[in-house]
Amino acid sequence: MKEYIIRLVYIEMLGHDASFGYIHAVKMTHDDSLYLKRTGYLAVTLFLNEDHDLIILIVNTIQKDLKSDNYLVVCAALNACCKLINEETIPAVVQQVVDLLGHAKEAVRKKAVMVLHRFFQKSPGSVNHLVSNFPKRLSDNDPGVMGATLFPLYDLITIDVNPYKDLVASFVNILKQVAERRLPKTYDYHQTPAPFIQIKLLKILALLGSGDKKSSEQMYTVIGDIMRKSDTASNIGNAILYECICCISSIQPSPKLLETAADAIANFLKSDSHNLKYMGIDALGRLIQISPDIAEQHQLAVIDCLEDPDDTLKRKTFELLYKMTKSSNVEVIVDRMIDYMISINDNHYKTETASRCVELAEQFAPSNHWFIQTMNKVFQHAGDLVNPKVAHNLMRLIAEGFGEDDDTADSQLRMSAVESYLKIVDEPKLPSAFLQVICWVLGEYGTADGKYSASYISGKLCDVAEAHSSDDTVKAYAVTALMKVYCFEKAAGRKTTLLPECQSLLEELSASHSADLQQRAYEFRAILDLDANAIENIMPLDASCEDIEIDTSLSFLDNYVQKAIEQGAEPYIPENERSGTLNISKIRNHNAYEISTHSLRFEAYEVPKPVVPAKIPSTVTYPTDLVPVTATISEPSYQPSVQPTWPLVPVSDAGSALGSTELKLRLDGVQKKWGKPTYSSGASSSSTSNFELDRNTVNGATKPDTAISKPREPRQSHVEVSEEKQKLAASLFGGTTSRSERKQSGKVSRTTNHGEDKVQSATVTVPITTAAQAQPHPPDLLDLGEPVGYTSSYSSTVDPFKQLEGLLDLSQDVNATAAGTSNGPDLMSLYSDADTNGNSNQNLNPVNGSVNPSKKPALLTKGPSLKDALDKDALVRQMGVNPTGQNPNLFSDLLG
Amino acid sequence: MIHFVLLISRQGKVRLTKWYSPYTQKERSKVIRELSGTILSRGPKLCNFVEWRGFKVVYKRYASLYFCMCINQEDNELEVLEIIHHYVEILDRYFGSVCELDLIFNFHKAYYILDEVLIAGELQESSKKTVARLVATQDSLVEAAKEEANSISNIIAQATK
Repeated sequence: MKEYIIRLVYIEMLGHDASFGYIHAVKMTHDDSLYLKRTGYLAVTLFLNEDHDLIILIVNTIQKDLKSDNYLVVCAALNACCKLINEETIPAVVQQVVDLLGHAKEAVRKKAVMVLHRFFQKSPGSVNHLVSNFPKRLSDNDPGVMGATLFPLYDLITIDVNPYKDLVASFVNILKQVAERRLPKTYDYHQTPAPFIQIKLLKILALLGSGDKKSSEQMYTVIGDIMRKSDTASNIGNAILYECICCISSIQPSPKLLETAADAIANFLKSDSHNLKYMGIDALGRLIQISPDIAEQHQLAVIDCLEDPDDTLKRKTFELLYKMTKSSNVEVIVDRMIDYMISINDNHYKTETASRCVELAEQFAPSNHWFIQTMNKVFQHAGDLVNPKVAHNLMRLIAEGFGEDDDTADSQLRMSAVESYLKIVDEPKLPSAFLQVICWVLGEYGTADGKYSASYISGKLCDVAEAHSSDDTVKAYAVTALMKVYCFEKAAGRKTTLLPECQSLLEELSASHSADLQQRAYEFRAILDLDANAIENIMPLDASCEDIEIDTSLSFLDNYVQKAIEQGAEPYIPENERSGTLNISKIRNHNAYEISTHSLRFEAYEVPKPVVPAKIPSTVTYPTDLVPVTATISEPSYQPSVQPTWPLVPVSDAGSALGSTELKLRLDGVQKKWGKPTYSSGASSSSTSNFELDRNTVNGATKPDTAISKPREPRQSHVEVSEEKQKLAASLFGGTTSRSERKQSGKVSRTTNHGEDKVQSATVTVPITTAAQAQPHPPDLLDLGEPVGYTSSYSSTVDPFKQLEGLLDLSQDVNATAAGTSNGPDLMSLYSDADTNGNSNQNLNPVNGSVNPSKKPALLTKGPSLKDALDKDALVRQMGVNPTGQNPNLFSDLLG
Repeated sequence: MIHFVLLISRQGKVRLTKWYSPYTQKERSKVIRELSGTILSRGPKLCNFVEWRGFKVVYKRYASLYFCMCINQEDNELEVLEIIHHYVEILDRYFGSVCELDLIFNFHKAYYILDEVLIAGELQESSKKTVARLVATQDSLVEAAKEEANSISNIIAQATK
């Protein structure tokens, strides 16, 4: 039987399925004879995973064997414990394992410690009360047990350093003893005393000493001793040296140790062995974070490694370069990285390299032109692996240019982008994200300086849409771009005729299965029928960068509310103040509506198609903003005005007139609000509208891409910093450098980056949270009697932050998105079916936080407080809030 | 921590596998295929580390056998290299100048030794002597048990005659 089981193990090892024999292996563990039992355990540990069904049959045997008198049986059972006991069965054996910590045999104690360590890894909760056992075992007589105890301690210290600070002295003591060869000779390995224990101890010390001056000082002598003693000829000696360097770079720096570490690194890099070179590069990467100038003397070695045929070494060197990039050498490094990225075909590392290229380019780009070219390359070769956010950044950069008043430079930049894209666009295989950028840029700026005719650009765009017929997003971008091109033409008073291929594309899309594409196609047609004046209003030239203001207090409704009250309507009572005076069913209805809003919001968040989210927010925000007004004035039309708005949301509605019916239905609600019954439909209305909001919405909705068009000030600041630095620092490859300032610039950009990330993550959560938050808050939002309800006392704090505004772009971005989406519905309702407001909100991130935008900052509360405050402030101001000081507590409450 | 140990022959045949992190059978064969592809094709002078799916694989070649261990990004590669060597030395001592055939025919013994060297993905014993002693006692006990079993069965056989 034993032979069979062993054969089964072999079969399984070769990758065949041997599950039919598992049960026999389990049975064998029940056997009394140690000989068979051991084989049984071996087979079981190799066969079964911890969640296998048969485990339950083994737990009992393990329990019995842990109690056995024969320590070899106990050892076998402990071995099995490591592999087979899962979270649920830990309580069944944990007590016995703890008892074994006091076993007479050191082999058993050692295994028991390791088993507890394993349990701790699997479910820290179940053994938390036993943690105190580990430090006790540290003083075990047997060095093996002591060595084993270091593993769980290392894990514990990684999780939380503080409770173990007092152990620093004993760790240092042990390390000293080990280094002085106090341990038995058998622990020597190649004449090095217990190297594995030394390495583990150094790792623990690195954790304990990081950022702690007092503890670090205790370690300096012993680390210095070890480094001096270590044998650089053997592998294990180098392993210890490397660990020392890691430790030195992690603890509070000591100049003397840094020097020795630098020497050791120099030896590593000079060595012929690739292994040591690899370790040297890695160690260098750690050390330059503390003392940036040591890399200088190793330039040649680093470049050698970069050209090495060994892929692993190359990759490691790129990692090092990534760490030491600064504005002066970024071009060389990023070019190299892109070349490397093109050469590899492993998706995992391709993605990583691409994202690093993008990150470096964003941080240190010497010029916008270079940045665009670099991004083009990255997109071309790894487009689908890059974060979509990057594409939006690129569009924003092109839209914003230098952000200053330098218009000629901007238009040159745009023209160069347009030209490069026109060259690239015909290539057969381009990633979707890149095509989106191309379409957007061509649509926005393709005809801007008159170099290319509209028909040329639109022909190209049609080609794109045709060539990528399976990609709806690209098609949508292309159609919107076409729309823009024709609108600009018409607005400029030139005569336009649709190209035949454009016509056929439109026809095809009008019958498309995608409601999004369909709507765009219909919008396109409708907008072409308008006169030039109207088009100019809808599609102002180059307005993608304009800010959008939102009148959150809905002050434009004041007149109407006033009129209604004069006519005898009840004034609006905030929800928390009404007490059953209002029709209960209405409130309930309102609530029910809000609940449905939530579910819709989730949809909007999850569907990645650009336009669908843009539409859903529109229906979502609209009622929350406006409908309750009608409700309080007890308009009988409350229900009709609400209900039609949202059944139309489903995208699956294949009816051709989706957009127009939706708008029409909503119109009656709007009419009442504005108190203009004649304000029904048609193109004329768009040109005659003179509400304040109209202006805004025209901007907001027709330029749906505003989301990506916020000032790129942070980049500006980098460029400035880097230019200063260029004087100081020649390139890494140029020779003499002073890297001292690199750190600083790195820091600046890091923080920005960090902030960006944070905001990004915040935006992701916004839809859900705002939805949840909207409910308790309608009173504030809707109280039209007090239009100043939305004010804050932030004006006083604004000024000091103004200089630092550069940090804020993304948070403003979030806002812009919010603004764009929230304005959408109003416009739609205003322009009724003639409206082609370009629901083309390409923003993939439907941050429809406009229900209660001021809530958003609350999500940003983590992190450095100053930055935070800046974010919040920017948000607040971006929302167009008038700081009047009348309601000082509202925002401070919200912003925490 | 060590995620798995692999022994591959130069022809890409698997000689021993030990998984310390959970992998399904499918993943296992995929891992082995991927790694043997990358490792076996590497030249002799290159470094003994391969970065792979965010992990690092440390390998070392002894005659026709490749010993591979997969470790975390932050682990010390040189140390792992020495753990491999440590294991090989113990095998060598146990089998007396170990060769691939020893491992093929006595692979379960190689497993027992590995269990004494590594446990739950960590090095548990860095003293060769201790490991050797433990394995030896186990073996002698097993032998004794075997003889006992034989003698009992003999007695039974005689009694039932």
